[in-house]
Amino acid sequence: MSVADIAFYCFATVAVASGLFVVLARNPVHSVLWLILAFFSSAGLFVLLGAEFVAMLLVIVYVGAVAVLFLFVVMMLDVDFSELKAHMAAYFPLGGLIGAVFLAQLVMVFGVWRSADSVFERRAAPMREGQTNTGALGELIYDDYIHLFQVAGLILLVAMIGAIVLTLRHRPDIKRQDVLAQMYRDPAKAMELKDVKPGQGL
Amino acid sequence: MIGLEHYLTVAAALFVIGIFGIFVNRKNVIVILMSIELMLLAVNINLVAFSAYLGDLVGQVFTMFVLTVAAAEAAIGLAILVCFFRNRGSIAVDDINVMKG
Repeated sequence: MSVADIAFYCFATVAVASGLFVVLARNPVHSVLWLILAFFSSAGLFVLLGAEFVAMLLVIVYVGAVAVLFLFVVMMLDVDFSELKAHMAAYFPLGGLIGAVFLAQLVMVFGVWRSADSVFERRAAPMREGQTNTGALGELIYDDYIHLFQVAGLILLVAMIGAIVLTLRHRPDIKRQDVLAQMYRDPAKAMELKDVKPGQGL
Repeated sequence: MIGLEHYLTVAAALFVIGIFGIFVNRKNVIVILMSIELMLLAVNINLVAFSAYLGDLVGQVFTMFVLTVAAAEAAIGLAILVCFFRNRGSIAVDDINVMKG
């Protein structure tokens, strides 16, 4: 067994185990941390497959943005999670049954699946020798898939605007900065000088 | 070299774990969202595995689009969750009946 094989089995085991712990952890903060571990080990799998750019993207986007977002929300919401977890055991049989049925279907698909004979002639963008993964992906995205790429950016923009619109609220009971009032402030009217005699007071 | 089937098995296991998580954590929307992320991750592993074994880069391009949609979905889902929590003081799925659907 080569080093790559051992690395694959390590990453695969860690990914599946941490995925299981995401689902079963009592504390949602622990769930998020297990999710981060699952993403990291999947990024390792991607590196083993020779997809370095997607692996780094997974680390940056998922671990850096999505998981931290989850962590913020879990920590900000004041929810009694033990109460939510109390009913978990009741759903175990149903979840296990549906999972088993789905797994059986996947096994059946794997059992009869095979590649078409002409699969290598039908490739849309074959990898070329001597080209890095990132360079090849860049050429592909900015040439053939430029419209899809821009639509992806648009989706992110809409998501950002939507998230802001959903969570922004104006509270009347807090003080806000009033820029115009600050700019039109007259120092001469803001302060009054009094000549106080010693020992007399005002 | 590790065969394609090994990667597909890992992806299938992660996908089934995601489905299992959705049904087990029926009260907790946050863990349901995390399960959906796991399922999208499994799809990404499938796409990248096929892309690597067939020598076709389009699978990796598609992985990036799935990643984009996953990020957008997480952002919107969590925003809805925060909004809902402000209004109802709970994130249990059973309480989501404002629209009487």
